Amino acid sequence: MNWFWYASPQTFFPLAATIARWSGIAAVVLALAGLYIGFFVAPTDAQQGEAYRIIFIHVPAAWMSMFLYVVMAFWAALGLAFNTRLSGMMARALAPTGALFTFIALWTGSLWGKPTWGTYWVWDARLTSELILLFLYLGFMGLQAAIDDPRRADRAGALLAIVGVINIPIIYYSVQWWNTLHQGASVSLKSSPTMAAPMLAGMLVMALAFWMYSIAVAMVRVRCIIRERQ
Amino acid sequence: MTGAIQCIVRRDLLLAMRRKSDVATALLFFVIVASLFPLGVGAEPNLLRSIAPGVIWVAALLSSMLSLSRLFAADHADGTLEQILLGAAPLSLVVAAKAFAHWLVSGLPLVLIAPLLALQYDLPASLYGVLALSLLLGTPVLSLIGAIGAALTLGLRGGGVLLSLLVLPLYVPVLIMGAGSVEMAAAGMGGQGQLLLLAAFLVVAAAFAPWAIAAALRISSE
Amino acid sequence: MLRAEQLECERAGRKLFRGLSLILEKGDLLRVAGANGSGKTSLLRILCGLLTPDGGEVRWRASDIRQLREEYSKQLVFIGHATALKDELTASENLFISCSLAGLRVDEEKVYAALQIFGLKEEKNLVKRLSQGQRRRAQLARLALSESIPLWLLDEPFAALDASAARLVEELIGRHVARGCVVVYTTHQETRMEGARVLDLGAG
Repeated sequence: MNWFWYASPQTFFPLAATIARWSGIAAVVLALAGLYIGFFVAPTDAQQGEAYRIIFIHVPAAWMSMFLYVVMAFWAALGLAFNTRLSGMMARALAPTGALFTFIALWTGSLWGKPTWGTYWVWDARLTSELILLFLYLGFMGLQAAIDDPRRADRAGALLAIVGVINIPIIYYSVQWWNTLHQGASVSLKSSPTMAAPMLAGMLVMALAFWMYSIAVAMVRVRCIIRERQ
Repeated sequence: MTGAIQCIVRRDLLLAMRRKSDVATALLFFVIVASLFPLGVGAEPNLLRSIAPGVIWVAALLSSMLSLSRLFAADHADGTLEQILLGAAPLSLVVAAKAFAHWLVSGLPLVLIAPLLALQYDLPASLYGVLALSLLLGTPVLSLIGAIGAALTLGLRGGGVLLSLLVLPLYVPVLIMGAGSVEMAAAGMGGQGQLLLLAAFLVVAAAFAPWAIAAALRISSE
Repeated sequence: MLRAEQLECERAGRKLFRGLSLILEKGDLLRVAGANGSGKTSLLRILCGLLTPDGGEVRWRASDIRQLREEYSKQLVFIGHATALKDELTASENLFISCSLAGLRVDEEKVYAALQIFGLKEEKNLVKRLSQGQRRRAQLARLALSESIPLWLLDEPFAALDASAARLVEELIGRHVARGCVVVYTTHQETRMEGARVLDLGAG
């Protein structure tokens, strides 16, 4: 299959619709399966009761938020290297979904905190990193929104995404260390219940569901962008 | 080639000297921000001593960011940036030179003034060295990373605020290690590890940021 | 020497030109004409390498200018719309710096001589105190020091100049072309330059 043929926005347009339809269906099916596992199959946790079930949304959302950033940076790099217009559009299409998952991860993390430790926010290493990731997403979207010329917007965003993706491990490590330095935050979302197989299965299925959802939404958005720019 | 680089550094320093107010305002901002915190949280000495490294570092961050928008804006407005882009020396070296000149004018003064602020917060004199060293290693990194943001947001409306949004998340590791080194030293654990990490950040930033800044400038000048 | 193939440019949603090709050899003088907004400046910036065209490529002595980067920049002078002078420096300081950045070895004497040719004597004044015409002349003084640079790309070089300064610029261009170099300039004023080929970008 000649990939470069699909690199043209015009030819990709109908393909995107097909992909969107199938991944949308897959997303719904997987989500139902995942939620069923999460809410009915997985056992009640001895320490945290039913409230822990929110990790079936929290953890996959967090995984997706990081995964999508890397994918976005990948498309960005491709766009800068080969000067293809579609790559830039893909990155632009993915950003809002990535930001959404980051927000969901933060929100569900907060909801988990309340019944478990009594506070809505803990400066836990992972939540703090997610917060910074949210800022990175918002920065990317803000930069693209501020630039009128689509080509400059795509390329500027791409550079920012690449700089961001390189920094993410550094940020994560620094925040981890910072967390150990300030012993005050002794509670941590890491003290999650020991992973029983059905729990892990549930999270993986939800993660796949989120992934399919992201693809579907990104395809729809790319189609909008293609139409806008014609 | 070194001629062009020396030329840029000298030019920027000359321009800064002829417009001293810009330099002074950034420095003043640093001092004012650091002075605001006791007014906000109360002047209890133990509290101040414990928040001092963080506050001084955050103030340095904000001051550095304020002065960043000036890095390329003036050159962009009067057309000299185009000439720099069309220069004979490799662009990454020229922008590194510009970032260096910028640091000399807005970063280095912070390093020198910091002990004065530490005094305000009653930080023990033994920590002045670590504080100054952490700023000495960290502020160039702030200049380099910030320059990427400044280059990307060149000529955009809402530039200053947008620049902060882009650049502050990237500043977090430097902030954590910088303030952390002083806190570790305060706790009697030396802080060398964090200082070494800052030095590593500096080396990596000096090696890669110029390329990114040059690429960003080309993108923004089209 | 300079060859552009199938250049395509789109700005602010409008297609400025497409399929534009040109070949310039030693001693060629090209005038790019066209109404405001027809893409004259964009074309010049594409030829410098400041702007990436949406399609096509530019070659200097058979090499793609995107590969050449500084090698290419060293061989051209670009005079743009903005005066490219720092307000807080004097005309001579500005000229000295712009030559150094371009890799030209100049000394004070040559700089003053160049400024003198354009009627700006030992100006101790900072550029911000000069008039518009004086600033333009200070910028164009660069041409007097660029005899060794084979490609001149000039965007509206005659704008804001009085008759004598304009004639001076024409002379410099004429001499440069006679030396076997290439000059491309844009203007929407009618000039008396002999032997110029004209590329008309139309009504914009």
